[in-house]
Amino acid sequence: MTRIQGGLINRDKKLNFTFNGTSYQGFEGDTLASALLANGVQLVGRSFKYHRPRGIYTAGSEEPNALVELGTGARLEPNTRATVVELFEGLSAKSQNHMGSLERDLLAVNDLMSPFLAAGFYYKTFMWPRVFWEKVYEPIIRKAAGLGSLSMLPDPDSYDRGFLHPDLLVIGGGAAGLMAALTAARAGAEVVIADEDSRLGGRLLSEGGMIDDAPALDWVACVLDELSSMTNVKLMARTTVFGAYDHGIFGAVERVSEHLADGGGKVRQTYWRITAKQTILASGATERHIPFADNDRPGIMMAGAMRSYANRWAVTPQRDNKAPVAIFTNNDDGHRTAMTLVEKGVPVLGVVDARANASSFGEYETFANATVTGSHGRKGLSSIEVTRKGSAQWLECGALGVSGGWNPNVHLASHHRGRPVWNEDKLTFVPDNNAPKGMLIAGAARGNGSTREALADGVLIAKQALMALGITPVSAAVPVAGEEASAIEAFWHVPAKKRAWVDFQNDVTVKDIKLAHQENMRPVEHLKRWTTLGMATDQGKTSNVTALAVMAELSSQTIPETGTTIFRPPYTPVSMGVLGGGDTGANFRPHRLTPTDTFAKSQGAVFTEVGQWMRAQYFPQEGETHWRQSVDREALAVRSSVGICDVTTLGKIDVQGKDAGEFLHRVYANMMGTLKEGMVRYGLMLREDGKLYDDGTCARLGENHYVVTTTTANAGIVFQRMEFARQCLWPDLDVTLISTTDAWAQFAIAGPNSRKLLERVMDDMDISNEAFPFMACRATTVCGGLRARLFRISFSGELAFELAVPARYGNALMERLLNLGKDLNATPYGTEALGVLRIEKGHSTGNELTGQTTAAMIGLGKMVSAKKDSIGSIMSRREGLANETLRLVGFEPIDSNQPVVTGSHLINLGDPVDLEHDQGWITSAAYSPHVGSSIGLGYLQNGDQRMGEEIVAANPLEGQSVRVRVVSAHFVDPKGERLRD
Amino acid sequence: MLIPHPLLGLRDAQEFTYLGDANLLNRPDPTAPDAEAAFCDYVFLRDNPAGKHRELWFHEQGDRSWLVVTRDTLTHEISDVELATDVARRGK
Repeated sequence: MTRIQGGLINRDKKLNFTFNGTSYQGFEGDTLASALLANGVQLVGRSFKYHRPRGIYTAGSEEPNALVELGTGARLEPNTRATVVELFEGLSAKSQNHMGSLERDLLAVNDLMSPFLAAGFYYKTFMWPRVFWEKVYEPIIRKAAGLGSLSMLPDPDSYDRGFLHPDLLVIGGGAAGLMAALTAARAGAEVVIADEDSRLGGRLLSEGGMIDDAPALDWVACVLDELSSMTNVKLMARTTVFGAYDHGIFGAVERVSEHLADGGGKVRQTYWRITAKQTILASGATERHIPFADNDRPGIMMAGAMRSYANRWAVTPQRDNKAPVAIFTNNDDGHRTAMTLVEKGVPVLGVVDARANASSFGEYETFANATVTGSHGRKGLSSIEVTRKGSAQWLECGALGVSGGWNPNVHLASHHRGRPVWNEDKLTFVPDNNAPKGMLIAGAARGNGSTREALADGVLIAKQALMALGITPVSAAVPVAGEEASAIEAFWHVPAKKRAWVDFQNDVTVKDIKLAHQENMRPVEHLKRWTTLGMATDQGKTSNVTALAVMAELSSQTIPETGTTIFRPPYTPVSMGVLGGGDTGANFRPHRLTPTDTFAKSQGAVFTEVGQWMRAQYFPQEGETHWRQSVDREALAVRSSVGICDVTTLGKIDVQGKDAGEFLHRVYANMMGTLKEGMVRYGLMLREDGKLYDDGTCARLGENHYVVTTTTANAGIVFQRMEFARQCLWPDLDVTLISTTDAWAQFAIAGPNSRKLLERVMDDMDISNEAFPFMACRATTVCGGLRARLFRISFSGELAFELAVPARYGNALMERLLNLGKDLNATPYGTEALGVLRIEKGHSTGNELTGQTTAAMIGLGKMVSAKKDSIGSIMSRREGLANETLRLVGFEPIDSNQPVVTGSHLINLGDPVDLEHDQGWITSAAYSPHVGSSIGLGYLQNGDQRMGEEIVAANPLEGQSVRVRVVSAHFVDPKGERLRD
Repeated sequence: MLIPHPLLGLRDAQEFTYLGDANLLNRPDPTAPDAEAAFCDYVFLRDNPAGKHRELWFHEQGDRSWLVVTRDTLTHEISDVELATDVARRGK
């Protein structure tokens, strides 16, 4: 055990967990990483490419090495950073990226092959022979690629989504963030403060130190008390703001329950969409390291992380707590770790400082003008090589802390492409004045990293934000804190013959960068792609700037000349599940239910999705074992007596106003202005490019009142385009539109007995053929005063009506019609029979109206009026469209036992089946109980002139080929006598 | 994105559907002798500027207004929003 005194852990609450099957104990407040270190576990994973043994390198979300698979079964989650996983009772974790055990990884052989696996390896090696690309190389690469494994099971957790609209969003709850939130909240602003950590306080939790003559942690507690007592403040721990989007919108993920053993019945995570008037980015800084030979050995970590483990989690980084700890640094902050360790009673070997004039800040040895040039130790550090003025010595060492300075976390400031600028004094990139609009930056995130600077910056920047919000600040003193030493000298890597790692997670070494330079992959974008630097799950948080510095040195340029890295969301990995916010499975999208949904369910109907609608597909009856039996019965019932179908889903648009007729005249391609009151006309709508996009009916109920119907699929788009025509093209017409699709339940009542049935519900309206002929319409009442609209239109080709009543009466009307029609064998029919009936009649639907269809193709070219201007009329006359020769016709198989298959292509007898000989295709097909065989509709070149011809319907995908005869598309009543009966 | 609706104030872009170039308001004269060529340009040609762009948005999950939004395509900054009806009327 390497646990020491102090820390923010609850020693009264022991927690059991397992790592690679071994049981360990930690305390409440531990992370998985701190608990593993406390148990002397240094080796936690294998590197991606070379399978090198790796240890915990950091204490935060920037961790490149300690990626583990968390959980089991469906809850298994790969690539979880052990440094941010809060320990809970029963936690189970496994290391990843090894074959065999972690200790004896068989793929460690890759390390011996490293000369062949250098930068650009994939591009160079897998070039030839070409035939190997798909069959040999890809399977090998895919098997080796990727970290961790997936459970391949559905995600059992639930997620939520939330929205916040504060005046001020503070990102980061360290010294600067807390001070900014406090300043803004005291002035009365609505404040949200979010921090990715499990508790607010930022680096103050890791540093100790004093604020206002008291321990900094007391100050943090005080501020949190005050903030949580204010109603205008929302404190959000465990909440990562991962992306800055347009107009002050931020994406954030709150880890609600994944730190609890049983989830506590809560959602796992919540996706927050935060729209803030002003934002303060107080995201702190991330430490960078100094590459040297063999610097990736477990036991080597960031010096700042070492301090976090000692102060916050009361653990030291060695396997054996008597082994001395060393620090390698180019700056004063590295010495701070040495002082902390000395104070905690940890044996300190000394500080190896690359600066010539370095000296100790406390009771430890300083090796000035010296570097670490090597490391030894099987699966964990045992000694380091310290070189001073050319002479090297090996020193026993149980852990090494490395500090190369701190990089401000500018990520969110550059999500809108604003690049940071180089600060030569601080040797780091700081945000320029190009952050997203409304975003201000405070504290270490802009290079003001001492406690004193951060506190002062919090107040200063909060006041700027308040000014922008038009809120007057309340004056208050800035808390007093120390100014930590932070001098730094440029020292980027220790030149070495052996490999020195820059990017640990993707195994990119100084040598790789040299190779990229040598091969002229020098621009930073090329460097990144050639070496894969910064492309792992950590996105190079600990390596990007160092790599730039190495490249700058090689190309004799300054760092800013070499380039900057640009950051894109997300800041840290975000699970796909939370972005869906729980909209999975049945909740993926809303379903719209028809007015007769209750009735259909009671009949045991089988449903089908039509757009968002759930429609009854067919109504199986007792004894029917195949869907075809039900569908044939329903279709035959319509042809022989009467059937009822819920057609509510067809779009309905009410058009009213003095100019309604003129408006429709311009919207429909055919003549609509001449439509008389009380009559319905079939209409075609074109897009402005002249192609057909929807068909339907237009009924004139009153002088200035029309009802337009659309296909189910196009209900939304037709309405949108009609509104476009009304508002944008002809704003001076007196016309208003409203969608009434959901307001009216509508039924097709079809079949020779439809009039007889309908008469039983009509109040006093005469619906005889004389009084109410084909294509008539009228507002009326049914069932003793119920408002209704009656249309004499037919989709099936039979005598038919469509009756509409207010939606809430739809279900009752369906039941009443069926009851009253028992003697007529009144039969409910679904979409499948509806489809059979319309194919038999040769009516087109979405299968035929593909968006590439002209009116002429469906045999209605003459309907497009040449006498008037309407949407699409000009373009419908252009050469390419006018010369289109495909025509919609019907098809019957020569052998009536053979099926006509939708999608089959039409080929002349004797011609080869290829594109060159393509004559058209089958658009719709069904078994027709009326004809007694399978039938189809389709487009055929000059089809209208080829009646009776034999042709092949070829379906090469399934190896099918059926001989069919070209027939009229009207299989039923081609003269249209029935519907006029 | 947030779109400042002239009647309803700031609304989330998710409530809208996008159509594109506001030039679609300028439907050519169908009686002109070169109507077909003019319609060809109107239907198929669009400017795609890097910078200020006047474009049509439809408040589909709102009041169903068509809006003409002036947006900088580089920064998404919205500098002007009008009801398309007002723009269309003014064009007359």
